[in-house]
Amino acid sequence: MAALGYEAIQRNPKYQQLVRQRSVFGWTLTAVTLFIYFGFILLIGYAPKFLGIPIGNSVMTLGLPIGLFVIVSAFVLVWIYVARANASYDSLTRAIVEESR
Amino acid sequence: MNRFKALFAAALLAAAPLAAFAEGIDGGPKQTTNWSAISMFIAFVFLTLGITYWAARRTKSAAQFYSAGGGITGVQNGVAISGDYMSAASFLGISGLVYMSGYDGLIYSVGFLVGWPVVTFLIAEPLRNLGKYTFADVASFRLGQTETRILAACGSLVVVAFYLIAQMVGAGKLIQILFGLDYWMAVVIVGVLMIVYVTFGGMLATTWVQIIKAVLLLSGASFMALAVLWHFNFSLESLFATAVQVSPKHAAIMEPGTLVADPVSAISLGMALIFGTAGLPHILMRFFTVSNAKAARKSVLVATGLIGYFYILTFIIGFGAICLVSTNPAFLDPALVATKGTLAAIKGGSNMAAIHLASAVGGNLFLGFISAVAFATILAVVSGLALAGASAISHDLFATVIRKGKVDEIAEMRVSKVATVCLGVLAIVLGIAFENQNVAFMVGLAFCIAASCNFPVLLLSIYWRGLTTRGALIGGLLGLSSAVIMVVLSPAVWVVTLGNPKGSAPFPYDNPALFSMTIAFVGIWLFSVLDKSRRGTIDRNGFDAQFVRCQTGIGASSAASH
Repeated sequence: MAALGYEAIQRNPKYQQLVRQRSVFGWTLTAVTLFIYFGFILLIGYAPKFLGIPIGNSVMTLGLPIGLFVIVSAFVLVWIYVARANASYDSLTRAIVEESR
Repeated sequence: MNRFKALFAAALLAAAPLAAFAEGIDGGPKQTTNWSAISMFIAFVFLTLGITYWAARRTKSAAQFYSAGGGITGVQNGVAISGDYMSAASFLGISGLVYMSGYDGLIYSVGFLVGWPVVTFLIAEPLRNLGKYTFADVASFRLGQTETRILAACGSLVVVAFYLIAQMVGAGKLIQILFGLDYWMAVVIVGVLMIVYVTFGGMLATTWVQIIKAVLLLSGASFMALAVLWHFNFSLESLFATAVQVSPKHAAIMEPGTLVADPVSAISLGMALIFGTAGLPHILMRFFTVSNAKAARKSVLVATGLIGYFYILTFIIGFGAICLVSTNPAFLDPALVATKGTLAAIKGGSNMAAIHLASAVGGNLFLGFISAVAFATILAVVSGLALAGASAISHDLFATVIRKGKVDEIAEMRVSKVATVCLGVLAIVLGIAFENQNVAFMVGLAFCIAASCNFPVLLLSIYWRGLTTRGALIGGLLGLSSAVIMVVLSPAVWVVTLGNPKGSAPFPYDNPALFSMTIAFVGIWLFSVLDKSRRGTIDRNGFDAQFVRCQTGIGASSAASH
């Protein structure tokens, strides 16, 4: 356990920065995820024929790249979050932990 | 009789909504004993029993039993999560769904995947920083221990029970078809192996069973998808064109079909899949097996990648099956071809699409391999479920609620082992009891309850200062009970399982998550805001300290506590 109480950590500007950054980023990415997914669902619900439009002369339809995009976007969003967390949150957290000793 | 068995197998394996396809599935006698499959399965069993023996010698403390001492690496945990999550229902069910209706299958895959980013952004790190062994540790961090633990344990156990029954019944039906074993034997084998893995090897053995299964399943599925693409000279255009030509539905398989009837059902189902993933106790539990928040993040990244990749494979496999299975009389039931068309005449029902495709592209040996992998898949999933259920009983109910935390590790572990055995026996008994029942709604119900009870309580306990014990308890129970009641009154149970006349279901949607989640969130909010009790003040005042630990991990339960 840290030597200082949580009140001291709360006053640490680095902690405030960490909380602000992570909250904004985490909730924004959540919103993006839900937007993409429910956008896809609404498209299926309201405009299934749109997803059935063939791409050029192919038998493949617009639905395929869109579905693939939703799958890949899930991974990419997670990757973006993890990359940013590794680059910035961990070092901030380490600094906060150090300063609280 | 056998036709019915096959029909049920098909229906049960699939998640609830997939049950709609059961009516299109028919035929297929119990297969003759499949020795290549059985020998490969036995090899898997010996390997995992060896691992269990090894794990048992390392599992001496409660921390090792519940969370493998926090000694699993991020990558290992990511693979294990994917092994825990990719059930036989998602492999055989979704590839079967793609086989039957093409694009619709993708809708499910996407739903099952999109929960993972939400878990990453909102749940994974706080869980690791605040919890020790179960998600109830997190939910009850600053709330009244007794009430919150009872609620969380109820939520966990109900989810585990429904999920487990569905897996057991599905396992029995599947193995009957694949291996030619009797239904009850299959259920007993699954139940006994699950008990052995979990009681002796705890989380460490469960983790490795899941890792091995994930590797086998992903390799098998990759091989099949590659073989399909190879067959079409790696031209997707040629694969899809052939499928469109061969399928009786023709171009309709390239666009959303009848699966998603109306937007409300679609949204409700989507919410159950996304937020249910973030409330499944056996999945949440996996985040305690890594040493810190960074490793927790890496786990989800690996898991999301593998699960996404897997669902892309099932799509190719489903289309491959349209082209290579439905055109080959060897895989079709001749009695059905005339009446139902080539697609629906598939032997054993549409859930067998991937299995027949294995035979088509890889011969009998590969068929045996994929059958053994399907069996292993069920084992890995039920083991994770049993461990989560046992932890809820021993860690949440016994150690915290009954003994008020005054209990030594040895006694707690003994209780969890006894609980595992009881759960295993119960699973076997219920698995056999439900043999001829349509339990296809159960996986959907499990997701729905997880989304309507576990997830709201967990999320708000982490992020909302105003949450109080009373609010969590009442709102959580409202979510749980409304989910159960609405599912019972839905067409899937009211009409299909209980046999009431079509159209008489009092609740119109098969998946009530949209409504039950709203009830849960509003209930939690309302009863928290109205809560003027002293306990409520303690709950709110505890938020700051909890949030600091949640963000920084300071004070988090250390990795390898002995």
